Amino acid sequence: MSDALLEISHLKKYFPIHKGLLNRTVGHVKAVDDISITIRPGETFGLVGESGSGKSTVGRTAIRLIEKTSGEVKFKGINIYDLPPEELRKLRPSMQLIFQDPYSSLNPRIRVGDAIGEALLDHGLVPKAEIRDRVLEVLQSCGLSSYHIDRFPHEFSGGQRQRIGIARALVLNPDLIIADEPVSALDVSIQAQIINLFRKLQETRGLAYLFISHDLSVVEHLCTRIGVMYLGSMVETATRDELFKNPLHPYTKALLSAVPIPIPKLKRERIVLKGDIPSPSNPPSGCKFHTRCPFAVARCKEEVPEFRDAGGGHFVACHLV
Amino acid sequence: MAIHSTPVTDAVPAAKTTPKSSSLFKQSMRRLLRNKLAIFGLAVVVIMFIACFLGPVFSPYADNKIHMNVMNKAPSMKHWLGTDALGRDVLTRVLQAGRISLTVGLASMFLSVFIGALLGAIAGYYRGIVDQIIMRIADLLLTIPGLPLLFIFGALLSEWKVPTNYRMYIVMLMLGLVNWPGLARMVRGQMLSLREREFMQAAVVLGLRDRRKLFNHLLPNIVPLLIVIATLNIGGSILSESVLSFFGLGVMPPTPTWGNMIDAANNLIDFQEHPWLWIPPGFSIFITVIAINIFGDGLRDVLDPKQKR
Amino acid sequence: MKDLIKIDHLRTHFFSDKNVVKAVNDVSLRVREGETVCVVGESGCGKSVTAMSIMGLIEEPGGKVVGGSIEFDGRDLLKLSKNELRTIRGNDISMIFQEPMSSLNPVLKIGQQIMEPLIVHQKLSKKEARARAIELIEQVGISRAEQIADSYPHELSGGMLQRIMIAIAISCGPKLLIADEPTTALDVTIQAQILDMLREFKKKSNMSMMLITHDLGVVAEMADYVVVMYAGKVVEEGEVVKLFESPKHPYTQGLLKSKPIINQRQDELYSIPGQVPNPLDLTDSCYFHDRCAHCMDICRTKQPVLKGVADQQKAACWLYEEAVVHV
Repeated sequence: MSDALLEISHLKKYFPIHKGLLNRTVGHVKAVDDISITIRPGETFGLVGESGSGKSTVGRTAIRLIEKTSGEVKFKGINIYDLPPEELRKLRPSMQLIFQDPYSSLNPRIRVGDAIGEALLDHGLVPKAEIRDRVLEVLQSCGLSSYHIDRFPHEFSGGQRQRIGIARALVLNPDLIIADEPVSALDVSIQAQIINLFRKLQETRGLAYLFISHDLSVVEHLCTRIGVMYLGSMVETATRDELFKNPLHPYTKALLSAVPIPIPKLKRERIVLKGDIPSPSNPPSGCKFHTRCPFAVARCKEEVPEFRDAGGGHFVACHLV
Repeated sequence: MAIHSTPVTDAVPAAKTTPKSSSLFKQSMRRLLRNKLAIFGLAVVVIMFIACFLGPVFSPYADNKIHMNVMNKAPSMKHWLGTDALGRDVLTRVLQAGRISLTVGLASMFLSVFIGALLGAIAGYYRGIVDQIIMRIADLLLTIPGLPLLFIFGALLSEWKVPTNYRMYIVMLMLGLVNWPGLARMVRGQMLSLREREFMQAAVVLGLRDRRKLFNHLLPNIVPLLIVIATLNIGGSILSESVLSFFGLGVMPPTPTWGNMIDAANNLIDFQEHPWLWIPPGFSIFITVIAINIFGDGLRDVLDPKQKR
Repeated sequence: MKDLIKIDHLRTHFFSDKNVVKAVNDVSLRVREGETVCVVGESGCGKSVTAMSIMGLIEEPGGKVVGGSIEFDGRDLLKLSKNELRTIRGNDISMIFQEPMSSLNPVLKIGQQIMEPLIVHQKLSKKEARARAIELIEQVGISRAEQIADSYPHELSGGMLQRIMIAIAISCGPKLLIADEPTTALDVTIQAQILDMLREFKKKSNMSMMLITHDLGVVAEMADYVVVMYAGKVVEEGEVVKLFESPKHPYTQGLLKSKPIINQRQDELYSIPGQVPNPLDLTDSCYFHDRCAHCMDICRTKQPVLKGVADQQKAACWLYEEAVVHV
């Protein structure tokens, strides 16, 4: 596996729950509970899940924006949790994150050009005199104009701000971009523009993406491999075509059938799940999905299903498959 | 928040096409100019400053000489606000006092803002043990009511027979030292909330150096708050100085300040018979502090809209 | 079918400093008895403001309904007094919002909040209201109703709260339910539950529904009739199957094409270029002209009106104006 760009193995992230006067730890939210993902250069891995599934936490621990609880993350073969802070800082330009909220992820008091160029300056990647040219170049490739360079974020619409966020990551020439729900705050017509931009950038620059989203239709359009998360665990991973044609896990099936499709006459067999997503601080025993699973049997309640290959690299964690 | 404002902000328009947008500071100032009340406050403060610092230059009585023949004279054409017990011109003295009071107010504000912002920023940025130490000291100072503390200091100064011409500087120092904890707290709170903002996480992802994060990202977001607090702080400092001097614990005569001039009201005869001795300095304090506060409120509305009442 | 609510030439404007934002600019639409009408559009198109105008939630001095009429059951809501409006609101017309958390009072128990309209509008006693509240909670698919009635909003998940909101909305048996992005804040599996439930209620009680959403998938699942809004105006409306099968207005066509659909992968998604126009810069033109692939000279200088372009389908577009097409 030396060709892997990002190798996440058995990653766990537990957030302590504090209570009372003494701030004692009374429990843990198991946001990420033993997740392994491998991403090769130029690949797009889609991570899908609902709120509370821990998908964003995977993205953040994968680049050590927050600390892990256990497990290992290797970027280009380097274990990023072993790096001293200064070494890590120097590595950061090659692994970038794009945030969901294009409003809060830009500093309101910094002009767009400075926001994009400052990291180049800080890392000394480009001589000072050339920074402006580089910023203009990247603005253009993200579909913005040169006259935008001296403006403040509040003068832009949501879609344009997301382009700025992408430009800010892109100017550093990263090998990996983690995109955390980058289009879910945007309107439909703008969403399509940004999805196309992601695709175009990948084709021209050979980027690898970890694309985190709750929207299966968006993930299908962008990703080559897809992982489905539920309550901090991976329930299924497969190539895109395999996952959409032949979903194995009941949760994946339910998720697929729940997405509304804009074809009025279409009649679908829908699996409607019972109840709510359980709290990740107190996940169900056995298979975490058994409380909502329409096919659950006694065994599901007791035994944690193994995450295993069901054939041809299609991994699934379910007793019934 | 009223429902009606939501759809309007929803429809935030695309950026207009002007070549370079003016700095945020300029935009705020333009908005400030539209606030008539705040501009009025600013005008009053400016006039007060000019009068106090230039006025005495044109006064024929600026030498502060004692004129036994014109003691306690009521206002007249010669002495617009009358004279005091030593025959000095009250108008001239009020203006001279204003110099001291305004200087003390400004200087102690600068001192407290400097200490408060620095310590608050350090505490909020580094957190952990540094934060604990700084904030516990601040808490300690906050638990002691400011005024009594100043009284004790003032009394000690008199006890130690500090020369009167030094006392002004010591009062500045005292006021500055008493005011910083509240300020440090506000700055620290702001720092803590800014730290958690997504754009600071973005700065980490970009691998920016600490120095840049602190000076280019956090500080510019705190400056508006600082300007507002600083402005409102001047008024408070002027008031505290006046109170101290009124009780004879601040700046001592013959150096005039508005506070020690009102001391005249302590004397029943002066209070009843010679109102021109204490009304002018009292009135000066009143309008200066009000004007500063009105201006400060206006500033807050344009610089820090979230804090709007 | 009879018209339950008929909105004619509604104009709602917002005022700030010196500017006027025409958030709803001459909108006409109607909902018939037992019908579900979906209003679709992107943020800022005026779909929510239309709903708030119906409910009388536009507050002066910020905004004002400046023209038009909203006829509900034969009465013009805009002419009613505040008291008369209050008896209709929550009783005959009720509304659910996108954020259930912020529409519930955090310090009152769930049960109390459901009972309130029952006591006010239906004049039930406290005991009856409580029994009815429990019944309603069960109806919206929540088990342990007694226990839920005694909990506070922060103890429930978003999906549960939205169910509670629906329980409150249907408690007085409204003739019209206005739902403003009711599932946007929810996960897809929860969204599916809520949509199913709303559909079922509608069937059972012959209630009419006005569903405001930006999600064309939701529209396709729920609507009988669709109204597409853009920059404060209705650009197209029509029966749902016809509208989705052959959209007439270039904006509707663009919207439908730009939505990624599961199992229908395209290499590149169609995307409408540009941005929604600044509401302050609108001139006498088709508001969509600078993003439209079919823009003609007339589109830049004159506003098209909404008119029939096919059976049960109307659009406001110069492409369908015969005189222009032949030039």
